[in-house]
Parts: sequence; structure tokens; C-alpha cells
Amino acid sequence: MSFRRLRALIYKECLQLTRDPSSFFIGLVIPALLIFLIGFGMSMDVTHIPTAVVLEDSSPTARSVVSFMNESPYFSPRYVTSMQEAKELMDERRAEAILRIPGDFSARLSEGRGKVQLITYGVDTTIANATTTYVQNGIARWQQSYLSGTAINGAPAIAGASSSATLSATPPIVPGSVTVDSRQWFNDANTSTWMFIPGLIVIVMTLVGVFLTALVMAREWERGTLESLFVTPMHASEIVFAKIIPYFGVAMIGFFICLLSARYVYEVPIEGSIFLILFASVEYVLVAIGMGLTISSVLKNQFLSCQLALLVSLLPTIMLSGFIFDLRSVPTAVNVISHLMPATYYMDLLKSLFLAGNNPVIIYKNCAILAGYASLFIGLSLLVTRKRLD
Amino acid sequence: MSVSEMPLVTVQELHKCFPHPVTGDTVVALEALNITVAPGELVALIGPDGAGKTTCMRILCGLLRADGGHAVIDGIDVSADPQAVQNRVGYMPQKFGLYEDLSVQENLNLYADLHALPDDVREQRFQRLLAMTGLDPFTDRPAGKLSGGMKQKLGLACTLLSAPKLIILDEPTVGVDPLSRRELWDILQQLAHDDNLSILVSTAYMDEASLCHKVYILHEGKLLAQGSPEAITKKADGACYLVTPPPHVPARLLQAALIDDAPHVIDAVPQGGAVRFISRTSDVSQLAVYAHFPDLVPQATPPTLEDAFMMILKEHSQPQAEASHFVIDYTSTASSEDAPVDVEVKDVMRKFGDFIAVNHVSFSVHRGEIFGLLGPNGAGKSTTFRMLCGLLPASSGALSVLGYDLRRARAKARAGLGYVAQKFSLYGTLTVEENLEFFAGAYGLSPHAAKERIEEILHQFDLDTHRYEPAGELPGGYKQRLSMAAALLHKPGLLFLDEPTSGIDPLARRIFWRQITALAAAGTTVIITTHFMEEAEYCDRILIQDRGCMVALGTPAEIRRRAGNPPSMNEAFINIVEQKRNNPVTTAANNRATPPKGGSSS
Amino acid sequence: MTSLSTTFYKLLCVIRKELLVTLKDPKIRFILLLPVIVQGMLFGYTASFNLDRVPYALLDQSHSSYSADFIARLEGSGIFQRVFTLSSTAQIAPAIDSGDVIAVVTVNQDFANQITAGTAAPVQVITDGRNPTTSGIAAGYISSIASAYSTELRGTPPAIEVVNRTWYNPNLITRWMFLPSLIPMLALTQVMMLAGLSVAREREQGTFDQLLVTPLQPYEILIAKAIPPMIIGTIQATLVLLLTIFWFGITPVGSIGTLYLTIFIFLLSSVGVGLSVSAISDSMQQVMVYCFVILLPMLLLSGLSTPIQNMPEVLQYATYINPMRFAVESVRRIYLEGAGLNLIAINYIPMLIVASITLPLAATLFRKKLS
Repeated sequence: MSFRRLRALIYKECLQLTRDPSSFFIGLVIPALLIFLIGFGMSMDVTHIPTAVVLEDSSPTARSVVSFMNESPYFSPRYVTSMQEAKELMDERRAEAILRIPGDFSARLSEGRGKVQLITYGVDTTIANATTTYVQNGIARWQQSYLSGTAINGAPAIAGASSSATLSATPPIVPGSVTVDSRQWFNDANTSTWMFIPGLIVIVMTLVGVFLTALVMAREWERGTLESLFVTPMHASEIVFAKIIPYFGVAMIGFFICLLSARYVYEVPIEGSIFLILFASVEYVLVAIGMGLTISSVLKNQFLSCQLALLVSLLPTIMLSGFIFDLRSVPTAVNVISHLMPATYYMDLLKSLFLAGNNPVIIYKNCAILAGYASLFIGLSLLVTRKRLD
Repeated sequence: MSVSEMPLVTVQELHKCFPHPVTGDTVVALEALNITVAPGELVALIGPDGAGKTTCMRILCGLLRADGGHAVIDGIDVSADPQAVQNRVGYMPQKFGLYEDLSVQENLNLYADLHALPDDVREQRFQRLLAMTGLDPFTDRPAGKLSGGMKQKLGLACTLLSAPKLIILDEPTVGVDPLSRRELWDILQQLAHDDNLSILVSTAYMDEASLCHKVYILHEGKLLAQGSPEAITKKADGACYLVTPPPHVPARLLQAALIDDAPHVIDAVPQGGAVRFISRTSDVSQLAVYAHFPDLVPQATPPTLEDAFMMILKEHSQPQAEASHFVIDYTSTASSEDAPVDVEVKDVMRKFGDFIAVNHVSFSVHRGEIFGLLGPNGAGKSTTFRMLCGLLPASSGALSVLGYDLRRARAKARAGLGYVAQKFSLYGTLTVEENLEFFAGAYGLSPHAAKERIEEILHQFDLDTHRYEPAGELPGGYKQRLSMAAALLHKPGLLFLDEPTSGIDPLARRIFWRQITALAAAGTTVIITTHFMEEAEYCDRILIQDRGCMVALGTPAEIRRRAGNPPSMNEAFINIVEQKRNNPVTTAANNRATPPKGGSSS
Repeated sequence: MTSLSTTFYKLLCVIRKELLVTLKDPKIRFILLLPVIVQGMLFGYTASFNLDRVPYALLDQSHSSYSADFIARLEGSGIFQRVFTLSSTAQIAPAIDSGDVIAVVTVNQDFANQITAGTAAPVQVITDGRNPTTSGIAAGYISSIASAYSTELRGTPPAIEVVNRTWYNPNLITRWMFLPSLIPMLALTQVMMLAGLSVAREREQGTFDQLLVTPLQPYEILIAKAIPPMIIGTIQATLVLLLTIFWFGITPVGSIGTLYLTIFIFLLSSVGVGLSVSAISDSMQQVMVYCFVILLPMLLLSGLSTPIQNMPEVLQYATYINPMRFAVESVRRIYLEGAGLNLIAINYIPMLIVASITLPLAATLFRKKLS
């Protein structure tokens, strides 16, 4: 391997990068777009649920039961007089849930058998689940005050009652009962943004690493620019490294954009060592570029490379790496498949390093696995890039 | 020429097979090939499509592995140490992989660095190569914006940067105009002579091959002949004749009559108003052509390399029967000026930004005429062509095709014309039949009519046996036939052919022109561009364009006369273009004065 | 009449050609079918916020019959699977850090005493906030088990009972919500790219001129370019539909006809976007990159994985130009709710507007590019 030839090839690659707007798009515009959309747009934290409240019992007690909704940031209640009306709201998608206080509510309550009806819209289960929990907690809180004979009017809102997990707000303390004192570690703000941002870094790295390198390498094969390059003293390994180095740079630029916006725009804490985050990212970029180069050198066709790169890298990264869905609760077969994906280990590392801190077990295990994948894919890309046309 | 004892390249008993892309059968690409190249020797590989030229060159460069035999370059066995060979040779593939978004200088820098040229040497080489290729004014231009000829010269410059002992060039002049071709070959001859460089080159042009020291003729992977061009040419000694057609008979009709007489005639081409043919026997009184033209007087003429090449090839290939599907009335008269005008171009101009691609061009073409558009790369031929086909609107001026004004009735005009694009532009993955079915439908043939017409045309172009093959896998000549077949499906009255013979071997070109002659005789108007100047001899009239302007318009005889009657059309062309370039004012004035039709002898 | 049938036959020929060009290559057929099936399967199993398995660690300092009772109820649900049994509080941190458990449940030493004394007996639950969604759900499960156990201990039902019913998805299974949305989503990616590439490919391979010199009108070419990706998209959507019905056993409540009408209108708008992209691109690479830049926001702002309602208001307005958003919503409603045309039709309007802007835009851009 000659440093001079490598430098010449890298210089050529950089010139091409600056002259093609589409590479620039993948390197900078897509990361910025993703940061904006995922950071601001994607959230599992359900608030302002439009709820139709049907007060068939108009007694002060009944009004008081549902009053927790009025001040809560989680609900936007809308009072209607009949179920018919509520159902129409639901059909027009202007209500996600219906809370019905039946006409005999007060009467039954005095007998200790009060009943309210909650109807949720199961088509979006995230909202439906959250609604159920919020309503149950709100009613339980009211019930607690009711039973202790205080504050019939103006039950405390559930918000702010617990500094940590809102979904599991403290249930009523009834003498002689088991209560749950729940605390959530690593996510003081209890916001899913904190979970998404590390995942976002993984997606950006995958995109630049696999998708962009697969495209540029396939383009060289398709346009026949390699045939004349081959009959020079250049080694096949030099063409591989000349692709790795510039796109490594592009990926790292994307990485720093993400890192800075994670820290300063979304204020995600960085509990672990920044050096380790950087190290893990370097490893993962090498894995991704190795995959991209291998795919394109085997297929030698832009459309196929792009589709395969999407299939084996980006979609699994979004769906299977634990980005949105928790891998601990998927069927074993899917779990096994997801643990074949390098992105899973990188995601695990990043989430821990960002939110939990330096955990030696996680770091050593995942770094070692990523190093293994990196050498595997870089090795494969060296193996399949031959100075041969057959 | 300094040929030392030890050859630089020795190829012994080289074998190579490929699986057929469709059937998977084994196809022999090279069979027991033996080649030597001495230091300072200029060697040509010639042969029809599929002869194995590219395969041979790729094996020599270590890009393909041979199935048997040896290739030794400068004492190194290629299969044992391909890298060592790649360090020593320069290779220019058919499509040189220039980085089109990098400038000329950046492309050169890349190759200089790859070859690790020391700084002092590289500046010197850059200067010499840029001067030699005439690229010095364009060092900052992106390679993608160069003309075809300039791209090839830049590719050659990149190949030569390392000052290799051997360069291997795969068809370097395909799609390159005669002026640039001559410049490129001047460079090659100079390199072989002055620098003792060995050059192995493949080409479809016999005039290029005759400039080499040694020629190998390949056919279907086998070596048919080898030797100096003079030695090979001798094989046709005493078999070549020139015959002048009777007055008012176009040379192409006589040529068609002669070439159809396969029992007596090996080959025939129009040349300088007459027809050159190779007779199978020394007795030319038996020619069938006398039945149509009794007063012919064939005269013996010295052979050329092309004559010998055609003779050798015809000996080894099965007799071609294609021509018989296109029946010609040899005595039909050429299109006259009384025939209706099919194409009318009046003072047309086309600008791209500030650049004037076509500058005030006027001409008209009559029904049944074959009209040639010639000019160097970047002359505005393609732009003129695209405007005539309705692919591009004119900036000013009037264009009418088949009586329709192209500004208003583009679709109606298109329904009556056929178009064969410069490079193969049918759907490569579709079979021959599927391609034809598509174009039949696109031209509005009814399902029933389409079916009949496809059968007819498959038969006419002898494509029956290939109908289920993907078009992209056909050999070059067959691809060209398929393009023609697709363009003729709807029996257009007007046929546009944009460099249809580029990269096609002489055998396939004969068949192609035989079809064109038949079509014109049946009343089809043909407008054609070509880089083979001798093909202008088939035309009724030709228009020469350069840098967007009209340079000359007239019959081939008139053009030759104007150029001072040089021996070949190639030289006539070069003379006329250079005349114009050296003296731009008078010729431009001439153009204005030239009437849309008629001669240019003014 | 004859001219109409000729036009129709002409179109048919071009459409057939487009389909052949796309589908001839077995590698392309493979890349058009396999990902749909693989993704349908994988996402069907993965895309779930339902916790069927909660790996947890237990620290029982009480060792009483009450704590055993409580743990039995916790584990009796089959959801909580004990990974570690801890012996001291010092082990809690490593257990959570390892990422192997979602929660650590600690039962205090005086748990039994507190219950018998009639005071509150707190169970401490620590969850892993690296995934707040799952940890929240897990904590919720534990709470409801605790309150059920309390009720049992007290022997009296609570004063107010919340009778909870969920319409259209009674067990709140996330898969029910996800799989129907995959029907338009999995088709979208490739449909858009195919439409985008069809013109770029012809241009790169030089076949576009040959097509343009035929008497075909620009609008005929455009229609012919639009239909094949739609056919392929419909096939892909059908595959996902079959997978959803027969493999995952989720049967559509609404009419299949309405479902296909929705898919058709959605694909029409996606093809329009794809063709517009191809009209502004110079090469296949550009088409792929630009398609991607458009696809990402389309997917993220579709409500597919996170509810649109959770987004900031500005982005919620931005979703109105996203055909994917309306496709996901319509398909889910038809599929689960059985919503009829009367409820869905309003969703067609934004999609049709996108189609009616992008398709003529593509045609105009083509004509511009040609001259």
C-alpha cells in the first residue's frame, strides 16, 4: 500500500463529494432533517388527549369526579350531553376517548358501588393505553380524597404529584394495602426524546455509512471508471481504503451534528464518557462502510445496491435495534435476528453511555462485538473488491 | 522501426470461454491465440464483433483469467503476477473511465499520483502530453464537458503518463471524427517511432490498421491471418476492380447489384463515384450485373487492406443471405429534384445559453433521397438531428417534416418518421420480440397488423432465430439490425439514422447499407450521420457542418471536386473543414449565398 | 370509437413494456418481493408496545407469606419473568445497569408488619428509563397487580369502579394498529423509487429519445409511467394484507373495496411525487437520494410509530400535506373500525390534492427539461 496513491485517490473522492449535490444531501441535509423531525416530531409522551365527557349525572359529585381533567395537561376534555354526541366526536376523530358518568352514579356511589365508563379508541394503542392509565389514576386520586372525607371539590390534579414516572403515579394510600413506590432511573425528564436521540445517531451513521458508500461504489462499477484505474500500480485494497476514509469523515460530521444538538438543543444528559461514545461511533462507522462497500462490490448496480442497503441496514436499524421497540419484549426468534444486526449493539452502547453512564460490562461486550463486525465487514469488502472483471 | 530479437509481448495458445448469458452454454471467446508484439511495434487487432479482441486485451492486462495458454509481457507471466504487469502497461478500455466531474488537470493528477511520478518529471510530461493532444487550453474543463474526440485524447494522455513500455488500446476511435482520428494516429505513430513504445490497438477502421506494422485478423476467437498490412493486402492482388456506373445511376444501386451477385462477387463498395468490387474469379465477364447494366467496363485496381480483410472473412464465414430479403429494382432512378420535398429546414438556429449550436442552417431533402449530415464532433449534427425529430425546438427558423410544421404538429410528423439513435437505445433486458411488440404498439399499429408486421420484419432482418434473446445480449451487428427493424415497423416515409454504423465491423456495415439502398429505391427518404466518410459515397447529397455552421452542401462528386479531388472522401472532408477553419469569413459568406438545394460549387 | 381503442391499445403496449423492463431481472423481482414479506413478518412481531414479557429482578427482604403471595400474583400473570433474585440493595444498580431487566421490585423488611398493622405497605419499583415507554407500562402493570392484591386483602371493592372498554381493539394489541399501517407503508418506498427511476433509467440508458420520437403524447407516456409502479405497489400491499389476515390472524372489519380504493388513491399520490422527483433529477443516484429525503419525513410524520397528536402544532400542520398520514389513518380505520366511505372520504381530499399537483407538475417539468 502506498501512501501517495492512497492520498491521490482520497483527494479524488473528496473532489467528487464536493461536486455532487446528492452526496452533500446524505451527509448533511438528511442528518439535520432527522434531528429536527425525530427530536421535535417523534414523541411517545401523550398529552392533550381530546376526551368527550358525557355527564349523564349532573350532580356536583359527578362533576367533581371528572374535574381532574380540567387542569391536567394530559387531557383536553369536551363536555357533551349524550353518548350519541360523544360517538360522533369519536367517529370524526375529534375525540380519542369517552368518559361516561352514568345517571345513577351519585346514587350508587353513596352505596359504595360507583361506576364510571371509559371508552378508548383502540386504533391507536399508544394513546389508548395512556388514556386508561391517566383516567384510572385521576379517579383513584379522587376516590382517595372522597374516602378520607376531604376535598370533595377540586381533587388534586395528577400532574406534579409525582416527580418521576407519570404513567405510574402513586395510587391512593388506603390503610392496609400494598402500594407501589415507583422510580425510574436514567430518564429524569421522563421524555421519549432522550430515548430517540441516541437512536437518531445510529440512523444517521447507518445512512451515511451503508447507503452513501454503497451508492458511490456501485456508481464506479456501473460507469466503468474502475477498469482503467485497475491497470495502474494501484492495489485493490487502496481503492477500498480510499472509499472508507472520506466517507468516514462525512459520517463523523453527521455524528458531531447529532451529538451537539443532542447536548445543546435537546439537553440529553451525557452520563458516560464522551471518549467512549466517540470510540463506539468510530467502530460502528467502520462496520457500516464495510457493509456498504461489500454490498456494492458484489452487486455492481446502483438500484440493487441501494435497495439491499436499505433492506439490511436502515429498516432493521429503525425497527429491530431497540430504537422504538424494546427488544426485551419481542419473540425469541426476532430477538435472535435483531442480535445479528450490528446496529443493535451500537444502540445499546449509546443509550447506556448517554443515559446510564460507564457500565464496564456493557461497554466491553458491545465494543468487542462491534470491533468483530468491523473487521468482518472491512475484511469482506477487501475480499470482494478484486482487480478483476470476471 | 526497430524490432529487437526479444518480443515484448508473447501470447501462446490462449484459450478463454464464457457461459452464454441466456442459455448458459459455453461460448468460446478465444481459441489457441498466438500473438507477439516487439518493442516499438504498432500492432492492430481487427475482426468483426465477437471476435475476441476485448477479451484478449483484458487477459493481457490481468483483468480476466485465461482458461489456458500463456501471456507473457516484458518477461512476466500475466496470470502469475498481474500487478507487476499492471505496473508496466498502459490500458485504455473501450470506454475510458474518466471521472466526468473532475477537470482535465485533476484526471491527469490522479493518474500521475497513482503511477508515483516524481514532481520534476510530471510537469514535463503534462506539458508534453497536453501539447501533443491539444488539450492545453482546456485543463480546467470538467472531463464530462469534452467532446468525444477530446475525451479519447485525454484517456490516451492518462494512459501514457507513466511512460509505459506497452500500451493497449481498445477501439480508441469509435465515435471520433476523422480530424481527431488523424490526430490520434499521428500521436500513436510518433510514440512508436520516437519513444520505441509498443502499441497493441483494436479498430474497426481498415485505414487505421494499414498504418500499423503488423495486423492480426480475428474471427470468433480464432486467428485467421497475420502479417504486415502489405503482406495481407497482397492476398487480394488481381481480384479488385473499379467500375463506373452508367450516367444517372447512383453508385449505390450498382454496388447493390454487384454485392447481391454472391457467386461471383466477394465484396463491393462505392468509391469516388465508381464502385470497387472484389471478384471471385479472374474472369469478370460472367458477372450477373451485366443483365441490368450491359455496358459496364470493369477495370483492375490495386487492392487495399480492407479488400483483403473482406476476402479473408468471407472465406471463413457462412454465406450471408440477408440482402435477398430486400429486393431492389436496380434500374430504379435516383430521386430527382422534382420529387416532393420531405424535409425543409429554413434558416434554423439553436442556442444553448450563449452557445450557438446550430447557426442559420438551411437545406431540403427530397423524397427517396439519401441525405448525409457530416461534421467533426461538436459540429451541431446531433442538435440538427434532434430538432428534425422534434426532440428539441429550434430557437429560430422554420422546420417542416413530411409537410408538418414541427412547431405545431409534432406528434403527426413523428407518426411518419423512424429514428435510430446514436447508441443502442432499445430496452436491453427485453427480448427482440418484446421490443418490436412495444414499438409496434407505440406507433399505433393494431394488434393484428402488429403481429403480421413483426413476423415480416423479423424475417427481413434475419432476426427470427434471435427473437427470444434479450436485445442487450445480441452481438453489435444484430443490435443495429434490431434498431433498424424497430424504426421501420410502421413503414415510415422518412428515416433518421444517427451514426448507425459507429463501432460496427465492415461486414455488418455492408449489410446495413444494402438495406438502406433498398429502402431508398422503394421511396423512403433517409437522413443519416456518420463518421465513416467513405459511407458518404452512398448518399445522394451531403451537408458538412462545422462549429454550428454549414460548410458545404452538394453531391459527393461536387464535394470531392471542391476539396481538390483527393483520393478518398476522408481527405476531402478534412480538406474542406480545415479550409473553412483557416478562412472563416469567406466560407461563412458562402453559406448565406448557398441556395437551400443544389450544388456548392460557388 | 376506433381511435379510443387504438389509444387504449397503445397505452397497454407501453405499460406492458414498463412492467417487463422492471420485472425482467430476477434480482429486481426478488428485491421487490422479499423485503415486503420479510419486513411484514419482522415488523409484525417486533412492532409492539405490548409487554408480553417483562424481565425483572426481585429483592425480597420480607420473606413473609404476604410477600410470597404478592410475588406469586406478580409472576402468576406470566408476564413478569424473574431474571435475577437479589440479596442486597447493593445489587440493584448493577442489575438495572446491565440492561437485562426492565424493573427491579423490592419488598421491604417490614412489608408483612405494615399490612397486618393496616398501614400502607410500599413495594419499591425501580425501572430502566432508557426506554421510558416500556418502563412506564411495566410500572403500571405492577401498580394494578398491587391494587388488586390490596382489594383482595381488604375484602371490599373500591368505591368507584372504572369500567374500561376499548373500541375496535379490545385487548389494545399494538400489532393490530401496526400491521394495517404497513399495508401502505411497505408499498410506498419502492413505488416512489420505481416511479422516480423509470424516467432516469431511460435517460441514463439512452432509450428516452427513442420513446419520445414515437407519436406517443407526453401525457400518454406519463400515464404509462405511472401505472406500472401502482400495479407493483398494489401487489405489495396485497401481500402484506394476506400476511396480516392469514399469518397474524387479524381480519379486516371494513370493506376490502374501500381498502383498495384508499390504497389506489394513496399510490396515485406517491407515484406523482416519484415522477416529480425524476423530472428534477439528472441521474439515478440523484433520484434515489431525493426520494429518500422525501421518504423520511413522510414516514416519520405519518403517525405510524408515534401519534401525530404528540407532535408540536407546527409539525401537525405539516402532516396535512403528507399523503402517508392520511393513508395510515384511513387504512387503520377501515381495517379495525370498519369505517365506511362516509367517514374516510374526507381523507382522500389531501391525497388527491397532492396527486393533482404532482402529476401535472411532473408533466410540465418533463416538457421543460426536453427543451
